[in-house]
Amino acid sequence: MTETPARPRRQSSRGARIAYGVVGVVGELLITLGVLLFGFLVWQLWWTDVQGNRAQAEVVRELVRETPPAPTAGATDSVKIAEPRHDAPPVLEEQSHATTFATMQVPRWDGEPERPISEGTDRATVLDVLGVGHYEGTAMPGDVGNFAVAGHRTTYAKPFNRVAELKKGDPVVVRTSTLDGSAGTDTWYVYRVVSTQIVAPTDVQVIAPVPNEPDEQPTKRMMTMTTCHPMFSARERYIVHLELDYWAPVSSGTPAELVGSTTAKGR
Amino acid sequence: MMYGWLWRHLPGPTLVRVLISLVLLAAVVAACFAWLYPAIAPHMPFNETTVGE
Repeated sequence: MTETPARPRRQSSRGARIAYGVVGVVGELLITLGVLLFGFLVWQLWWTDVQGNRAQAEVVRELVRETPPAPTAGATDSVKIAEPRHDAPPVLEEQSHATTFATMQVPRWDGEPERPISEGTDRATVLDVLGVGHYEGTAMPGDVGNFAVAGHRTTYAKPFNRVAELKKGDPVVVRTSTLDGSAGTDTWYVYRVVSTQIVAPTDVQVIAPVPNEPDEQPTKRMMTMTTCHPMFSARERYIVHLELDYWAPVSSGTPAELVGSTTAKGR
Repeated sequence: MMYGWLWRHLPGPTLVRVLISLVLLAAVVAACFAWLYPAIAPHMPFNETTVGE
């Protein structure tokens, strides 16, 4: 009884050792793969934000642009408020690919930094590295038509992360910078949200000159923000349509919309 | 198995081996963040954001 199982056990233990070895290596490979995939998530959801925020803050800092004037002596406000203008605004010429020509600020997104807007919407040269991208061929800020921009929702500094918080009437302030030699003057364009919609990625008529009416001639000065929806997915697009409320030269002051967001919390 | 082999071939006492392991791990993470992940990111399904226009 004790001798008979001894032989097969020795044989099976050698075979078992090889089998265990293979299983062990495969197991370790699978665990390694799992750890690497987790690392990818950390990189995609955290590190691209760290890098992107750093890079985009640097882009905004390096913009050559006019500074809004300081308040006149004796004024109670901390900054000079720009006088809203409703006549035809100056319009910048469309810039070359990946050129940063403006920034945008959204008072509703308290705590979010000023984001650069650059020409083009491809990921490698604009959206992943420069933040917000301007759809080539759509109107420029302030112009009649549709100034359409795109931004990431959950990665690469996620400039449009809080897009779903925007409500009808919320201001979005675009500021062009032209002092590097571009024709035009530094201008504030204050847009206000008129509607939001969720569409399929193929519904490109949302950025038509008249949003959703590709065959119509534009008469209004619109802006459209597009980003991914739902969050962490690219299955649909979240769209925000805005219309120009007023404009003002940067040299005339700061839009009242921005003063509240920088001084008063919880607006 | 693989890691056991690596552990056995690291020189020095346990503390030194642990330190070397941590350095190796940090190097692998750094390499992934710098090259591997940026390279595979465009091929991830949730990163298909552009439609032909």
